[in-house]
Order: sequence, then structure tokens, then C-alpha cells
Amino acid sequence: MIEGALWRRWILNYLPLILFVIVLLFPFYWMIITTFRPDGELYRPWNAANNMPFWTNKPTLEHIIYLFEETNFARWMFNTMFIAGVSTLISLFCGVLAGYALARLNFPWAGSLGTLIFITYLVPQTLLFIPLAEIIRDFRLGDTPWSLILTYPTFLIPFCTWLMMGYFKAIPKELEECARIDGASRWKAMLYIIIPVAVPGILSSGIIAFTLSWNEFIYALVFLSSPDQKTVAVGVTSELIRGDVFFWGALMAGALLGSIPVAIVYSFFVEHYVSGLTGSVKG
Amino acid sequence: MAVTALGSTEVVRPSVRKRKLEDERWLAFVLLLPTAILLGLFIAYPFFEGVLLSLSSARVGAPGEFVWFKNFEKLWHDNIFWTAVWNTFWYTGVTTVFKLGLGLWLALLLNRHFRGKAIVRAFILLPFIIPTVLSTFAWKWMFDPTFSVINWSLFKLGLISARINWLGDADLAMASIMVVNIWRGIPFFAISLLAGLQTISPELNEAAAIDGARPWNRFWYVTWPLLLPVTMVVMLFSVIQTFADFQLVYVMTGGGPANATHLFATYAYQIGIVSGLLSEGAAVSLAMFPFLFIIVVAQLLYIRRVEVR
Amino acid sequence: MAEVSLHKLNKKFDTTHVVKDVDLQIRDKEFMVFVGPSGCGKTTTLRMIAGLEAITTGEIRIGNTVVNEVPPMDRDIAMVFQNYALYPHMSVASNMAFGLKMRKFEKSEIEKRIKNAASILGIEELLHRKPRQLSGGQRQRVALGRAIVRDPAVFLFDEPLSNLDAKLRVQMRVELKKLHERLAVTSVYVTHDQVEAMTLGDRVVVMKDGVVQQVGEPLELYNTPANRFVAGFIGSPAMNFADVTLAENGGRPVAEAPGLRIVLPDALAARARAKVGRKATLGIRPEDIHLAGAADSVDHCFEANVEVVEQLGSEILLDTRVGAATVVASVDPMVKVRSHDKLKLALNPARLHLFDAESEAAI
Repeated sequence: MIEGALWRRWILNYLPLILFVIVLLFPFYWMIITTFRPDGELYRPWNAANNMPFWTNKPTLEHIIYLFEETNFARWMFNTMFIAGVSTLISLFCGVLAGYALARLNFPWAGSLGTLIFITYLVPQTLLFIPLAEIIRDFRLGDTPWSLILTYPTFLIPFCTWLMMGYFKAIPKELEECARIDGASRWKAMLYIIIPVAVPGILSSGIIAFTLSWNEFIYALVFLSSPDQKTVAVGVTSELIRGDVFFWGALMAGALLGSIPVAIVYSFFVEHYVSGLTGSVKG
Repeated sequence: MAVTALGSTEVVRPSVRKRKLEDERWLAFVLLLPTAILLGLFIAYPFFEGVLLSLSSARVGAPGEFVWFKNFEKLWHDNIFWTAVWNTFWYTGVTTVFKLGLGLWLALLLNRHFRGKAIVRAFILLPFIIPTVLSTFAWKWMFDPTFSVINWSLFKLGLISARINWLGDADLAMASIMVVNIWRGIPFFAISLLAGLQTISPELNEAAAIDGARPWNRFWYVTWPLLLPVTMVVMLFSVIQTFADFQLVYVMTGGGPANATHLFATYAYQIGIVSGLLSEGAAVSLAMFPFLFIIVVAQLLYIRRVEVR
Repeated sequence: MAEVSLHKLNKKFDTTHVVKDVDLQIRDKEFMVFVGPSGCGKTTTLRMIAGLEAITTGEIRIGNTVVNEVPPMDRDIAMVFQNYALYPHMSVASNMAFGLKMRKFEKSEIEKRIKNAASILGIEELLHRKPRQLSGGQRQRVALGRAIVRDPAVFLFDEPLSNLDAKLRVQMRVELKKLHERLAVTSVYVTHDQVEAMTLGDRVVVMKDGVVQQVGEPLELYNTPANRFVAGFIGSPAMNFADVTLAENGGRPVAEAPGLRIVLPDALAARARAKVGRKATLGIRPEDIHLAGAADSVDHCFEANVEVVEQLGSEILLDTRVGAATVVASVDPMVKVRSHDKLKLALNPARLHLFDAESEAAI
């Protein structure tokens, strides 16, 4: 690497980088500070003389307590976790099998099916939510977690399949051939050799699928209606805003707590997440 | 043939079930079945259903009848719809340019060795990981007309003297939404492009430097062309996600003020779910399809060309 | 106890015909080597024996069984791959145990066999390691061990040494030879390296463009190649070829080319006489050419311009020009020669080869 003088490096590299980090993380700081700030401090006009927006000397848990005592927040958390978990498992199961078939088996139309999967991967949820709402109603799944558990795979499976295809393609075909000569059927070779070797890919797909389903909003907004069925994002949106009154403290507390599970999962598997993310754009 | 002379040749034929699972075509069929069922039931069928719906006069609770293109005709004369179309393109175009530019800059900043790089990279991705609706609420709170921390900061810096009503004015509201979209999209661009940068051998840049190329020329003639394939794929995903965006606008403005910030998706929600005019909502959603289709085909063709070259 | 026989074996991929009418009997306990340039169909043939490629037409038997329809797992074969194909998520011991577990062997029997194979190959200390912790040579041994524990009817090798460096390759070649003597199992070995083929094979099959060119013991291929391709492929440095015209001179058949006039020996004379006036290709190995001395008859001598002198220590290779042809000669290392020297070279007439110009078959 060609490096210049120290001051140049500061101006050209470190300073912009620091600015990027501050801007990208500030909203989270704002979320946290708001969560622990008493209402009296929150609703102080922006140009009030005694305003000190970036810090509080009187931290409080009142908003978090409000969240758990006055709303179904714990229930929303459970719902979100359950829905994200189960739909991720279903999608992984389907995606791993389909990815294996498309990447490693020779059969007619394999190429076209791969392209079809890629195209469904690109179908945004907002294209089909209205007819899907009708179908969910016809299947009598409305207002149940299953309305989401069964529809989230429509965007998770294409993603998992696509990502797994990349991982499966990178495994030498001789491994499988050797296993088959060693006495394994195709099925067993897949189960005992190829899938275990692809575990890092499965982890990556699983983590990203989990964050994607945790992030999903419009299906949850449209398919769920009763307060105790809602996910965090929908619950926070509909229950902490009354007309045009925003319960900002509780809203930020809900946003903060609702983000924590994803952040924890992410922090444990950063490398897997990043490799999955970058793998998915390599095609 | 010594073996045949012994006369005990046998031809072994394995059982049918075994043969089928050993046959790649059958195995592939079995493995693809669950995916095909789920995607067929919840993508292909709704798509078909959506087309039918958009050609009917169905409302919530009323099945309606087949009315051909009446819904689309109505949209053609709907000013809000055209605002939404314009907004969607404007929103997608502007944010994509910024996300690409800033994301690339950030990727280049990250593509060198410094202490704490892994941590910085992990933190930078947070806006992309945290559920959009939740982080958008933080932004909405920052843009709050009365309690805005942004206004406070600008005031303290002496840049403004009166408050700015960020979400109350049509253009400012659109700009605010764009800022949030850019903020959320930069990490995805940066991390993906960083991965692309890391596959470019440093020797290429070193060779160019020895050949006398200045940094800007090295970027323009060596790095950028090699990065182009990854960039195109990242753009493809980002453009589609942005074009079909819903959550940001829903939370920030709900399409307001006075329906000035609607996108396809929020307008479809407004009509189809809030007003209960299912068929018209489905028509708005589906109106997105030809545009998406053109974008996807154009970008895929371009990507293929870039990769061949 | 297993012969392998291929009968009228053909393989087509879409439109390309990669294996054409291969007929071959591989005897029990024989070490059969397939050799040929890349794309000659040798690997495809091996993969058909393994059951990894479907057979287009023809028949393969292992022992008394026609195995065309039998999946690889039921063929009782073991295969060593070029890239070793070690299961990366399993320890060395588990790698070796996998095939036995799939066949539901007793645990004690599995352990016994692993121990035995490991001691044969000298990899006892590696049993608990993962493949990525092994060097290239060690991986090669584990791959062999995995085949040995199976005690299969046939061993298949697909260029198993080509990923090793030159020194290790020679060493493993010797070990493979010893191993085969010890285990005495029918083996089919594919390589593009004619030295491996010559040193390892009981018999060697030379293939080109999907067609078997010649089958025979190594020395048979070296001494009496069936055609020009085999002659050129076997032996290093390669045989010299010169385009000649057959003529008759004083009742004796001669091969003529600009700057070259060789009287053909009796062994070739009769067959060459029938083709007088026709074109042919004359072949002579570099090691059958020496500096002409008093004992050499003018019938077998020719003038050569030395272009390059390659000192190899044990011999000197002279790249020379004879008329329009390039001739390489391997001469005594003590001789003093420099480039641009003009020399008189002589060849050993008993070792001359003659090939038809069109069919390229040996005359």
C-alpha cells in the first residue's frame, strides 16, 4: 500500500471515516438517549434555553415500564421471535434442498429454474400484498402467526436457495463422487458429506433470513389485526401512536428493545452475516 | 473372454426406489418439491389472483365483477397516482446515486489496514440490520417539528433562526425520506463493494502505479472497471428495493402532506387496505410490475454484457 | 478376485463422442494404466467403470457382474481422486471409516482396518487431524488409506499424483508400486504422464481421441509402438521423426530425405520394399543415436548441425538440424560439443521405426 504523510492520512481517511461512523450510528444513540430520558426533558421545544439534547442527568426506566405494563410488548416480542424463527427454519429446509438440486444435479430445465428462483428473489413484497391478503383470508389464516410463517418463505426461500447455490457450487464434485463410491447413495452423500461441509453457508443464510423476517413490515401490517397477534414493528406503530399523539419515550424504548434480539444474533455471527451478504450479490 | 467362458454372468438391476433416488432427475424433483409448492402457492397464485383482482371491481366484503381495464383507466386520470409514479422514480434515482457515491467512498476508506477495522465494519452495518420501521421512528423523532434535534443543532451552529418543518412541506418531506433511505442503504453498498474491492489483486494497482498512473487514474482505469460487475448487482437489488419501498414513507409521512410523498406501495396500501378498494389497490401495485420488469431485464442484460467483457 | 472387462464401450456427451468402441480385458490383480493426452477419454472411461458416468452403449463387467445399471455404491470399488476429495469436516480416521460405516461394518472391525491401513501408510499419528492440517503428501496417503480400508474388488486412480511436487511424486510412485505388490488388487490407473504409466503399469493402454491406440506391457509399447502416436507419446525425450521417401538403391530399400539417406535394416526391408516410391515417416529414439565412429557403416550415418547443447549430467542432449528435420540425440556426457558444430551422427539400425505416412501405423 502506498501511504502518504500522517496529516494527509488524517484528512483523507480517518476524518471522513469518523464522520461516516457518527452519522450512521447517531440515530441509535438518539434512540437510546430518548429511551432513558424523562418526559419532562423530552418535550422541551427545540429552541428552549435549557435544552441539552445529547445527555440527561435524570435517567429513567418509565418508558420501558410503560411498554411492559400498558402494552402487549412482551407478547409482540414473542410473536416476532416465533414467526422469524419458524419461517427461517422452513426457508432453510427448502432453500438448502433446492440449492443443492440446482447447484449439483443435472436435470432438464435446471438453468431456467435457477433463473426463475433468482427472479422470485427480486419480487418485492409490496407487489403482491393485496391479493395475498385475499388468499390468506380464503385459507382462514388471517390474524394468525401462520399467515406470516407461510408467506415469509416467499422471499426467504429464493434468498436462501440463491445463497446456498453459491456455497454448494464451491464444493468440489469429487467429494460427492467419492462418497458414492464409498457406499453412500446420492441422498446419503448429500446428507452426510455435502450439507455438513456447507454448514457455514447454512449459518449465513439462516442469520440473514432471520434478520429479514424480523425486518418485514407490510405483510405483518396487513395480515394481523388483533393487538396480541402483532409483531414488534406493527405493535409499536399502531399502539404507541394515538391519532397524532406520539408516545416518543415508549416508542424509542420499543424500537430499542425490538432491535436488541437482531443486534445480538448479528453480533455473534458478524462474519457469517457479512460473508452471506457479500455472497448474495456475487451471483 | 475368460469370464463368459465360465458362463456365470449376471446382470444386476437395483430396486425401483433405489434407482429413482439415484437418478438425478428424480432426486432433483423431490428436493425442489417443497420450494415449488410454497412459491407456487404464495407467489405464482397471488400474482395470478392479483391480475384478476385488478381487472375486477372488488372491495372489502364485496366480490365485485369483471370490469376489464376500468381500474387502470381510473388511475390514468388520477393525479395522486401520477405524483406517486413521479415520486417513485425521483426517490429511486436520487437515493441510488447518493448510496452508490457515498457507499463507494466508505468502501474505499475501509479498504485499507487500520486498527479496529473489524469493529468499525461491524458497527457500520447496523443501520442495515436494525428493523427499518424501528430505526425510521428514530429519524421521525429527530425530524419532529417541535422537538427536532436537527433543528437544535442547526440553530446552535447559527445556520438557521426559525424552525424548519421537515415533514410538513412536500419537498422537504421527500428530501427527509431520501436522507433516511440513503442512511439505511449506505452500509449495504459499502460492505458489498468492499468485498468486491478485496477480490481485486493489489498487484494490479501496484503495477499501474509503477506504470506512472496517479491515484485517480488508478481508480478510474483499474479499480472501477473491475468493480463494475459487483456494483451492477448491488445496484439491481437496491433499485428494486427502493422502487418498491413502503416502510420508510409509511412511517415518516404516511404519504402526506396532502398525498405529496406517496410511492407506488404506499398509495396501493392507502387505496386497497385503508379505503378497502381492493381491486384499485391491486391495480396500483401491479402498475409497478412493468417498470420493475424493465429495470430487471435491463440490468440483467447489462450485467451479462459487463461480465462477458 | 476381479477381472474388469469393457466391451464395445462408448460415451457421447450431447454431440461429442469421447469414448469410441473400447474393448479391454483387465486381468485379476493386474495394474492397468490408461495414458494419453488430456481429452483422450481416459478419465471418462475410468468414471464409467466407477459408475459416475452413464454408459452410452456397450458393457462393463466387474467380476461376473454386468454393472451398467449398478450405482457406484454397490460396485465394490474404491477410487483415489486427483484432488484427494477428503471430507473436510471429518478427521482422518472418520474419513477412512466413512465407507465402512456406510456398509454397516462392526465398530471393532472398522477400527482394526483403520489401524492396519494407517500402519501400512505410516499415518498413525495423523488419525485425529482434519484434512486441512495435512500436507499434500499426507493427504495423498489418507486418500489411499481410505481406499485400502475398504478392501475393494478394484482400485481406481484418477491422476492421483498430479497435485504433488516433482520429488514427492517420484516417491509416491514407488510407494504405490510397493502397495500394489502387497495388496495385489486389480487396479485401474489414469495418468497423462507416460513415465508414471511405464513405471507403474503391468500393462498400459494408450488412448487418443477416445480410441485405444495400443495395449501392452510398458517395454512392448517402447520397443514396438503400433503407430506414430504411441511412438511419440511413450519415451522421453520423445522419438525423432523425419518425413522420408522410400526408395530402392542397389537392391536395398532406403529411406531418403534431404540430408538423410538411411539403408533400412532387414527386419523392415521386406515390408518397406512393397512401398517403394511412397512417403513414410522414419522414427528413431534420441538414445539410439550416437556420435559416428569407425565401427559405424556409412549406411546409417548422417551429417548434423548442432543448434543447442543441453547438459543433463548423465547425458547430453543435442538439438540438431538434419536437412529440414530436427533431430535430438542423446550422447555420452564426456563428449565435448558446442553449438554450431557440424557433427557426424550414427543410428542403431535395429532400433529404427517406420510408419505409413497416411495411416500412421507401423510398417
